[in-house]
Amino acid sequence: MFRREGFTLSKALFYAYAVLALLFTLGPLVIVTILAFNNNPSASFPWQGFTLDWFKSSTPDRVGLFNDARMMNAIVVSLKVAAVVTIISILLGINNAFLFIRHKFAGQNALYLLMLGPLVVPGVVLGTSILAFSYGIANGLDKIFGAGAGTFLRPGFWLVVFGQISFVATTTSMVIAARLKRFDLSLEEAAMDLGASHPEAVRLVTLPFLSPAVIGAAIIAFLFSFENFNTTYFLSGSDPTVPILLYSRLRFGITPEINAVSVMLMVVTGILGFIAFVFQKEDNAA
Amino acid sequence: MNASSKRRGLWLVLIPMLLWIGLLFVLPHVKLFYLSFVSRRGGEFTLANYLYFFKNPLYRRIFVRTAVFSTLVTLLTLVVSFPLAFIITKVAGKRLKAMLLLAVILPYWVSELIQAFTWMVLLRESGVFSYLLQRLGIIHHPVEFLYHDYTIALGLVYTSLLFMTIPIMNSLDTLDDSLIEAAYDLGANFWSTLREIIIPHAAPGIMVGSIMTFMLNLGNYVTVTLLGGKNSLWFTEIIYNQFIIRFNQNKGSAFSVILLTFSVVFVWIVLKVTKQDLSEAM
Repeated sequence: MFRREGFTLSKALFYAYAVLALLFTLGPLVIVTILAFNNNPSASFPWQGFTLDWFKSSTPDRVGLFNDARMMNAIVVSLKVAAVVTIISILLGINNAFLFIRHKFAGQNALYLLMLGPLVVPGVVLGTSILAFSYGIANGLDKIFGAGAGTFLRPGFWLVVFGQISFVATTTSMVIAARLKRFDLSLEEAAMDLGASHPEAVRLVTLPFLSPAVIGAAIIAFLFSFENFNTTYFLSGSDPTVPILLYSRLRFGITPEINAVSVMLMVVTGILGFIAFVFQKEDNAA
Repeated sequence: MNASSKRRGLWLVLIPMLLWIGLLFVLPHVKLFYLSFVSRRGGEFTLANYLYFFKNPLYRRIFVRTAVFSTLVTLLTLVVSFPLAFIITKVAGKRLKAMLLLAVILPYWVSELIQAFTWMVLLRESGVFSYLLQRLGIIHHPVEFLYHDYTIALGLVYTSLLFMTIPIMNSLDTLDDSLIEAAYDLGANFWSTLREIIIPHAAPGIMVGSIMTFMLNLGNYVTVTLLGGKNSLWFTEIIYNQFIIRFNQNKGSAFSVILLTFSVVFVWIVLKVTKQDLSEAM
């Protein structure tokens, strides 16, 4: 009897805790979403009616997100960076998966640990190291090939891309390698027995098997890139990505437009995250 | 497949990997180490960049503050995450479990910057909390909840909740419920079951979660500067100032090396002491 009561009491405590956890984690996101539609220029309460101004207004005192040229430019920059980072990181990920699962060589374990390095090193350190390294190389290129030859290694689009690939490719490699590990090699051998060459067997049998992990890894790579701040902060030039632009604006204060940007990011990343989650589930089920 | 084509195949996949890890990870860190040991002008060997840090009481204080603060926040995150992980794996029904999982993952998806921003919206002087407390009559003029140490701690717990909760969930998942019931049947109460059965079983997850959380706190920039403002005094800020504002790559490199060395040594010691294997745990 005593135990039973104790059990119910602890159950009630657990549920109370679960409710608090939900409030703590989701509450701020819900409030920001509400404020994005609040017709109050102070970006706070009280509620003054529903409006879409913070998304699409173009009057001088109320510039909505879609009419904010700098914000739209940052979105385009972020999308471009994320697309390039994703493609290269996926190619590297597939490459590294084959390297670590299909081959055996001296120093393999050490190299695998080295590959995990970019995830362990703080993003700020990663950013500074790549900045310092590329700065020297860019100066060298300018000296040898004339001024401007090293420009692509100065803060800007390509340096951000390189900096993000350094750690995003680690994640794509791990996700794709985990799937390749579960591949039944006899399937590839069967394809070769039926007359396929080895590259054909890989293309027709192995790569399709990897596709759920590749799609999942691509979405994760895209999100990592789109959202990255710490490394990108040191490497971006005059065309900032969305997080860098938002950060520089937040230092001057909060506007309702930033609420609107957040809501848009929540919706897009939420959908992408959900798709990645579904593919990962499929990946694990196979 | 013969041996020589196998060898060719190995080089084919080895070279892209080495180019990537070499050019974007190893060489940049070699350069960082090199820069930290040479003078800004002239480029001869010097320890001045490190001595500059060790001789400056403000920098030393900020470093110690960052390390201690990160440790305390890690413990706090553990205290918040452990019951949550336990509820998700052992108590919640299917629907509550899905909701809680989503609640842990969703803030992570929307990025750290947006997380910090949402707390700014809530906690600033003209923000939501200040407004609500005035409406309720608890305070009578706007109160600034931003730019305090507790704000930084709150923000850091929020951003690292996922990294602590998921590893603990993974280790609790493998704990057989009947073990908990058996402990109860043998007369153990909740606390002794927790101490003798649940926590020892969750230890690897606690370790992994704590290491990840600690590293994220130590290297944090966005949350601490947005929620802490000028009072944040975080070590990553000094690195930024040296590199970007003073354009002193040598001192900046030395500071980066100090941060990197500290975090690697710290994690290595923790792993040695607790006999965990990071590559397995990840």
